[in-house]
This record gives sequence, C-alpha cells and structure tokens, in this order.
Amino acid sequence: MNEVKKSVVAVIDYGMGNLHSVAKALEFVADENTQVVVTSDPAVIDAADRVLLPGVGAIRDCIGEMYNAGLVPSIRKAMAEKPFLAICVGIQSLMSHSEENGGVNCLDHFKGNALFFGEQHTDHDGSKLKVPHMGWNQVKQTINHPLWEGIPDNARFYFVHSFYVVPENKNEVAGTCDYGLEFCVALSRNNVFAVQFHPEKSHEDGLQLYKNFIHWDGKPSLANKD
Amino acid sequence: MGLAKRIIPCLDVDNGRVVKGVQFVDIRDAGDPVEVAKRYNEQGADEITFLDITASSDDRATTVHMVEAIASQVFIPLTVGGGIRTCEDIRRMLNAGADKVGINTAAVFNPEFVREAAERFGSQCIVVAIDAKKVSQEGEADKWEIFTHGGRKPTGLDAVEWAKKMVEYGAGEILLTSMDRDGTKNGFDLGVTRAISEAVHVPVIASGGVGNLDHLVDGVIEGKADAVLAASIFHFGEYSIQQAKERMSDAGIEMRL
Repeated sequence: MNEVKKSVVAVIDYGMGNLHSVAKALEFVADENTQVVVTSDPAVIDAADRVLLPGVGAIRDCIGEMYNAGLVPSIRKAMAEKPFLAICVGIQSLMSHSEENGGVNCLDHFKGNALFFGEQHTDHDGSKLKVPHMGWNQVKQTINHPLWEGIPDNARFYFVHSFYVVPENKNEVAGTCDYGLEFCVALSRNNVFAVQFHPEKSHEDGLQLYKNFIHWDGKPSLANKD
Repeated sequence: MGLAKRIIPCLDVDNGRVVKGVQFVDIRDAGDPVEVAKRYNEQGADEITFLDITASSDDRATTVHMVEAIASQVFIPLTVGGGIRTCEDIRRMLNAGADKVGINTAAVFNPEFVREAAERFGSQCIVVAIDAKKVSQEGEADKWEIFTHGGRKPTGLDAVEWAKKMVEYGAGEILLTSMDRDGTKNGFDLGVTRAISEAVHVPVIASGGVGNLDHLVDGVIEGKADAVLAASIFHFGEYSIQQAKERMSDAGIEMRL
C-alpha cells in the first residue's frame, strides 16, 4: 500500500449554522492529499493538521456555544500548536472582549476589543455610511505573510459585519480596510491568522487564501530563502 | 479606495429552472440555474439572487438541491427569496449554502417573523423585500405604499415607514422593488429608492425597471442605492456584468472591477 496519510483540515462546527460554503470552498482548492472535515468533536480537532474557526451570527451565542460544546480547550490547544485560521465572527471571538450583545468576554488570544461601527457611522467627508459594512472592500496587506501569497495588495474581499476589531498590539495587524475609518481586518501571531472578511465568498482571491492556508506550515513569515 | 457598490443579477427560478426565456448561445442548458450562476460569476457579479417562484411547496426540494449545487461551485454571496415563511424554511436554505434569505409577503402578514428570524440567524442574512407602488397623485407630496401579490393588493402600509420598521425588527438589508417600474425598462423609481436609502442605516438594493446601463448609474448616484439588481438586461445578453461595471466605474462609482 502506497497510501499517503491525508492532511486533515478541521472546520469547527459549534452549532451556529452555515458551514457549507466554508467546507465547499476548502474542498474546491484542496488537493488529493487533503481532507476537509466539519466537526464538533474535540478529539478530531486535536488530531487535525490544520484548524479553521468560522463564525456566523452574534458573539454571545458563538462564545456560548463554543463553551457549551466543550470546544474551547481544543481551540486553545490548536492555537498553541498548529496552523489556525479564524474568519468573520471567528476573529472577534479571539479578542479579549466584544461590545456586541451588551458586552461579551471572548477568548482573549489577541489583546483588544471588538467595537461597533455605530448606526450613525460616517465617511471621512461626513456622508452617511451604511451599517452593516456589507460588500466588497479593499484589503491593504500591512505585512508579508504566507496567507497573502498570490493575492494582490488592495484586492477586494467580501465583508458582512457591524463590529470591528481593535488589537492593542499593532504589530499583530496583518491587513486593514477603510470604511469611514481605517480598521484592522486581519491579525497574525505565530501559527494563528484571523480575518474579518469571508474568503469563501470572495471569489478567486478568497479561494487563494484558503489554498495558502491548506499549504501553510504555520510559520508567520515567508520562508527564508537562505 | 472603499466599499464598492454591488451589481446583483437576479434569476427567477421555477421548479429548478430559470424562467423568463434566458438565452445564452454558449450555454448548453440555458435554463439551468447552475450554468447561469457560473456564467454571471465569471462575468464578475458581486452577488447572485434567486427568486423561487415555484408554485408547489413539494417542488421546493428542487430549489434546495439547486442552491447546494451552486454553492459548491460559485464562491460569491447567494440570496434566495420566494416562499420563505418559517424559520425552518430559512434554516433549510442556509444549510444548503445560501448566505441570505429574502422575506417578502410573510413579513407583511407577520412582522414578528422578521424579528424572530434575525434573532435566530443574525441580521446579516435577513433581507426584507419590499414591493412598493406610488400612491400619491400629481402635485401631492410623494407617497409610496406596500403592495402584495405581485403588486395587485394594497396593504395601506407606507413604504418608507415600513422599511424603517423592518430595520428596527432586524432586517440587515432592504431589497426594494418598484412595482410601477418592474418590467417597464424605464429605470428605477429613484424617488422611493432615495427616500428609503436615506431613512435606514442598512444597505438598500434597488430593483425594478432597469432597461440600460445608465439606469444602474442613476440608481446609485440619484437613488443612493448600495446595490442594483437587474434581470432581463443581463439574461438576454444585451449587456454583460463587466460592461455594466465599467459604465458605473466611468461614472465615478466605486466598483469591484
């Protein structure tokens, strides 16, 4: 038997619904040696080679369900040791705290908070901006990172959110976006990467980011050429 | 730099087939929603909306399979509207791969449904569809009302007030169709589009009446719409999505090109 052990990407299912498009997008870019598993089983997450934390809905329910399902120890373990990608509410769940739902303590992996744009959000010229921030906006890559490989700087990604993250450590910012204010849309520390937008809804560039993730060794900088 | 305005092609689907006589010469099965969705995706559509006009609820299973097939191949946002009456309907469409659902008549008859749906699934996936008709006479202050049953039944509800109420109840986006303009190719009703867009803080999609690319420009610049929806100008191959985007970009509108 020459069968190669497949590399497993675990998509964490904590009962918040639609993981179909995340899994389908990963499968679309996966090679024959990669297996995508949607799971709520801590043992599967612990055994996976890479872990993706999606997020849909309100933060209180997200964090609540992560704890209820007994997934938090596995999430923390994965963030300590293997390539880990969080998307949308997933990035917010990694902060210390979110303003949503009257204030919710989150997983505190990145120091800082998720703040509300506000219903009276305005552009730099004072004109009204809609909230949620919904649609395709440009992402400025503030660092070189393996997950940005093959994606042009200022490429457009699809966003749907009303809260944005403000990390205390600016060195952890990997990308920003402008919507009335310049705010952080990607965070990076060691083997953990997190984005506010939805790669699975962002056409070619989103698929490229997932492809990069599937091949990422978890090192935050581009491989040294020496 | 900044958020782009969106172009959303809309497909009317009946029992798993695109209707309105879609004719693409280079698509084998012109009425296959998956083929049509892929085509629009390749042309650079920012989202795709399906309106399920299937008469029988038994045939809704077909729509679920269609959404599943599209969501496996087209990686841009998908909205499904038509026949969404219960949270179970919403769950089924989201599980199949839809990102948002459009609620129309059910919201008029039971506004609490919108609140319940937004609380359960999040406002980001709840689009409230509003069918409005102008009811003010010449010389009077502009007034629009909500109509149901394809524009035949008046409800007495003021369109602008209704939009504000729906946002308060949790709508994350408003899909506004002018029943006066739908199918006329005379352009959007810019008055009601602007009135509603300025009255609510969530994005508004303008719909109904697009006949040429300038109408799309007008919808954004004069109507203050955040997105424009059109069907026939794209279906019949009169214009591609790319052409529409270039025209809007030339008019100074931020677009994803």
